[in-house]
Amino acid sequence: MKLEGKEQIWKDYQKEIADDRYYYARSCIRQTFFPGSEWAYLDILRNRLGKDVMDDPRHTTCTGIGYHSDVVPAQTIMTVVARHFALMTEAGYENITPSCITSFGIYTEILETWAHHPEVEEQVREYLWKATGREFKKPRNLAHTSDIIYKFRGEIAARARHRLVDAHTGRPLRGVDHIGCHYAKMFPSKGIGGAEFPAVLSGMITAWGGEAVDYPERRHCCGFGFRQYLVMANRGYSVANSKKKFESMRPYEPDFIVANCPGCAMFLDKWQYTISEMEGTTYGANGYGIPVLTYEELAGLVLGYDPWELGLQMHQVAVEPLLDKMGVAYDPEAKYLTRDGKEMGRPKCPTYLKV
Amino acid sequence: MKGTVIIIGGGPAGCEAAHQLAEKGCRVHLVEKNNETGGNLNNWYQLFPDRKEAESVRGYLRRRVSRPGVEFHAGTEPRTTSRRPQGGFAVELTDGSLVEGDALLVATGFRTFDAARKEEYGYGIYENVITSVELENLFANHEVRTSRGETPRRVGIIHCVGSRDEKVCNYHCSKVCCVTGVKQAIELREMLPEAEVFCFYMDMRMFGPGYEEMYREAQERHNIKFVRGRLSEAAENQEKQLQIKVEDTLVGRPLRMTLDLMVLLVGMEASEGSRKMASALGLELAPNGFIRPADPHWGTNLTGADGVFVAGSCTAPMSLTDTLADARSAADSITEYLDAKESREP
Repeated sequence: MKLEGKEQIWKDYQKEIADDRYYYARSCIRQTFFPGSEWAYLDILRNRLGKDVMDDPRHTTCTGIGYHSDVVPAQTIMTVVARHFALMTEAGYENITPSCITSFGIYTEILETWAHHPEVEEQVREYLWKATGREFKKPRNLAHTSDIIYKFRGEIAARARHRLVDAHTGRPLRGVDHIGCHYAKMFPSKGIGGAEFPAVLSGMITAWGGEAVDYPERRHCCGFGFRQYLVMANRGYSVANSKKKFESMRPYEPDFIVANCPGCAMFLDKWQYTISEMEGTTYGANGYGIPVLTYEELAGLVLGYDPWELGLQMHQVAVEPLLDKMGVAYDPEAKYLTRDGKEMGRPKCPTYLKV
Repeated sequence: MKGTVIIIGGGPAGCEAAHQLAEKGCRVHLVEKNNETGGNLNNWYQLFPDRKEAESVRGYLRRRVSRPGVEFHAGTEPRTTSRRPQGGFAVELTDGSLVEGDALLVATGFRTFDAARKEEYGYGIYENVITSVELENLFANHEVRTSRGETPRRVGIIHCVGSRDEKVCNYHCSKVCCVTGVKQAIELREMLPEAEVFCFYMDMRMFGPGYEEMYREAQERHNIKFVRGRLSEAAENQEKQLQIKVEDTLVGRPLRMTLDLMVLLVGMEASEGSRKMASALGLELAPNGFIRPADPHWGTNLTGADGVFVAGSCTAPMSLTDTLADARSAADSITEYLDAKESREP
């Protein structure tokens, strides 16, 4: 593969990302499955990089999952998003940074719709006024939170406690980047590196000492696909998509997967257990799975956060093989202890997947 | 002497028109940005439908312009183009010389589509993705190998790269890629008899004499497999092979395949020279970027500008056969114009 060809594409797909003063829009599901991710993001931005981030408790779902499942009409989701913009405006911010890739895609799609159809924007402004009495300014800058971490990847590298390098051999760790479909596939110009060879996560991997793996099914959907998972009868499609990716990446022997979409991180993590139970197949070394991290978790590990503080014990696939390679110190006995030292309960041991 | 004609572009159209005009008693300034005549033809090895060596046509063109009455300005292009007060044109060339004429023929040809714009095909990134132009170069060197120096066992030819594609803003058909693909597939099978060759197409547009027969021969005699479906994406595996995803629209199923070599049949786009001349002379461009002639039926060599004529693929994708015929037609239009002009003058 010719790196210079990719670099040319990356030059063509750069985007403006605000330097500071971010209005944060949380994800519906990221906190559930990766409970330390959004906390780590806020801590890194505020306390390590000294940025101003507004985390607003009044912010709600964008209703994107309902929209993509055909149960929420376009006018409704646009009005909900208009309320987010109103909250941002009232708080005195101009730069909106959603944590969820679906929300990022929704915001992008709505702003593009309004740019091409101002009459729709006017209609939505009227809906919002009638429903809430609120008005809004459109964001000056829209960036996904992975864009923000990408922007500050050099600063994070400068503060790194652990690099993405095998601490025992010096080998760069091989990282698979998985980009959520709604990050750039709908609007390639809105993603760092475009839709075909996105650089937002691979840029973090290389900046932190690792090696980004480009494998044949890199672009393929994780399998969430909304209705593929939400309709129970379709879940076989969802698992099949993830399996396709795992089979394709396995020959490259990746040390970890990093994803920027909360749904992708969840499915790539959980379906490894499902596939192991269905077929007895595991994709990591020695019966383990391939650890799956959110980019906030990956940044947290690089910066020296405690893995259990980051919530990595909530992953389906054990992260210990990665921690050992990176030389991250951890207390195995503390894995399932709450902050005040109580047992939080332990998951059942899978039949095949080593944890 | 009927008059002087400036021809911009020394490809097949420009050369053929230059010869025809000189035959009819005109003096010709033939301006070519490269150091030799031939244009895009210089990148080709063999031609459809008769597999003639492109070099033989290049030689024919060279002979056409190596004659009295044709002054060849090589390695230069127009810097400024203006109308003279007394009528006709003055073209200042980048080499500092000035040529003047009573009529001007734009024969600036086409450029091939930049395959890197179809990012999902990985041209410039994947090691074994090449264009149809690059394949001609491999044919000329009598060796087709992968980046690792191995003999390809399976080759895929992708039709309509940069043509009939809304995503790259090219709605037009480039017309000659279908038959080029058939020709190249046959050449590949002849050179690599053990290799499988697949063509992935939208429609096979075999409009010219001998084309359909060549297409049939490709299937029956050379066992080339034609799959009706558009490539959605390509990826590279550890062996540097291409893993492709296509929809086979005749079977109605998605198809995955691994290729050792993937050839992109790049389409035609308006050349930079055409755009510059159109801008300098106030010529109208069609939505596809090519120069729009005065009328698609009876005025294919005329433009809206008095004394300015067009020939060849600066107006639309065109085969070599059609280009040469179009150039002869343009020469006729120009001599008619010069005759009429002469008869009007006292």
